Amino acid sequence: MLKDITIGQYFPGDSPVHRLDPRMKIILTLVFVVIIFVPDNPVGLLVGGLFAAAGYLIARIPIKMVRKSIKPVIPIIVFTGILNMFFVGGDPVFQLWVFKITYEGVMLAVLMTVRIICLIAGTSLLTYTTSPIALTDGIEQLLGPLKRLRLPVHELAMMMTIALRFIPTLIEETDKIMSAQKARGADLESGGLMQRAKALIPILIPLFVSSFRRADELALAMECRCYRGGEGRTRMKQLKYCPRDFAALAIGFACLGLVIGLNLIFPSVY
Amino acid sequence: MDNIIIAKDLVYHYPQSEDRALSGVSLAIEKGDMVAVLGHNGSGKSTLAKHFNAVLLPEGGVCYVDGINTSDEERLFDIRQRTGMVFQNPDNQIVATIVEEDVAFGLENLGVEPAEIRRRVDDALRAVGMYEYRQHAPHQLSGGQKQRVAIAGIIAMRPQVVILDEPTAMLDPRGRREVMKTVADLNREEGVTVILITHYMDEAAQCRRVVVMDRGKVLLDSTPKGVFSHVGLLKEVGLDVPQATEIVYELKKCGVVLPDDVITEEECAAAISAYLDRHAPGGGRRS
Repeated sequence: MLKDITIGQYFPGDSPVHRLDPRMKIILTLVFVVIIFVPDNPVGLLVGGLFAAAGYLIARIPIKMVRKSIKPVIPIIVFTGILNMFFVGGDPVFQLWVFKITYEGVMLAVLMTVRIICLIAGTSLLTYTTSPIALTDGIEQLLGPLKRLRLPVHELAMMMTIALRFIPTLIEETDKIMSAQKARGADLESGGLMQRAKALIPILIPLFVSSFRRADELALAMECRCYRGGEGRTRMKQLKYCPRDFAALAIGFACLGLVIGLNLIFPSVY
Repeated sequence: MDNIIIAKDLVYHYPQSEDRALSGVSLAIEKGDMVAVLGHNGSGKSTLAKHFNAVLLPEGGVCYVDGINTSDEERLFDIRQRTGMVFQNPDNQIVATIVEEDVAFGLENLGVEPAEIRRRVDDALRAVGMYEYRQHAPHQLSGGQKQRVAIAGIIAMRPQVVILDEPTAMLDPRGRREVMKTVADLNREEGVTVILITHYMDEAAQCRRVVVMDRGKVLLDSTPKGVFSHVGLLKEVGLDVPQATEIVYELKKCGVVLPDDVITEEECAAAISAYLDRHAPGGGRRS
């Protein structure tokens, strides 16, 4: 049951998007966020939307994944939409008691909703097309300059790697402990919220104890393999930018430029 | 032959315990040998192994690895690169999320060039027969396969000695066979010195030399045949002997005349059938 959980939502593939350098993908995601927030007119936003859609198309990620990634944030989207609709002043199109819907409000609500959907869909593409380990490598390399500020960049990346490594192991272990406690007569499924929360204690305590033991053993094993932090360490897989990466970045900046240009041409809805 | 590890009068006790885990252990391990260390829980066999790669430092006596004193802090990583250690639980020694990345871990720590890492990782994975699994995640592998990945991670560092601390204790029979075969191949083909800590007697029987530990001391130190001929003494310190040896031992107690040095099933079968040939009525033909 617990084994069904996928972490990182990575869809293995071999599309040009998958093959992009993880660092470049992170940078492009940041550029994309800017592209989505710069436009103050529908045309500009359309460019951002097309940018994301093109990414999905090239990466061959099924479009239903967009729906899946948006599902958990629907309440936020609806809430933002309603807020914008009711609390923006302007020409009223509809009025009932103190509630007033204005033309500007509707425009803004639609724009905001589309903007958030594009934002979530676009940024999800990063985790859909990049394996967690590549993502960790990318983050480590991009944050590399911060090492000079004595930020423990390598250590953070190492922790992320180990965490990712042990998630399936711990899920498996939780499953085993649950079975063991059920075999001893533990009741995990019935009762109210409090009762169920209490029933989790006999599962969590053994899990914690064994995790600490694991940590201890892993530390010893790492030491035995000459681990001594990030200093003087090399990597087997070197990240290398290829022409493809720079082309993608160029397209990203072109879109950004286009959006800024469109802002000047079309009237702002604000 | 050269000794790769020399231990002289090692003494050690854990801070939380009164008793000495090691009380005067002297041992020399020859280059290219395959040595089993036997002993029940608390006999000091793991403690001894941890002295060989400077995880623990002796309170008394000295330990040399390839001529380096393990107390020499400056050369800690030289020692650990020379003596790799594989532990009991395969899950708790795999660091990375992909098999080949994990095998590369030790080499990355040593600062080896990327191209050289790639080459050595591939070699190590081929040596343990896990090359086809190089892109797998550790949790997709069986226990025996994980343990072989852990061994690959160690041999990629090109150590002279590989110490295995009960590597098969958590595995099923099939995993145990895989790991033992890998270890034996390593010793025979790559010439790596192997120190195998185990409590499986049949695994010890596959080694060339067996050291039996009891209460922090070396009790017996000989060939497998030499050690397992002391059935009575081994039982006294809470150890078993290989099943084949046990059968012969019990038969001999009943007055059946059989050789002393039987340790494998084949030898046992041959000895009994030879005995039957000699003594059975009707010219020894068995049906």
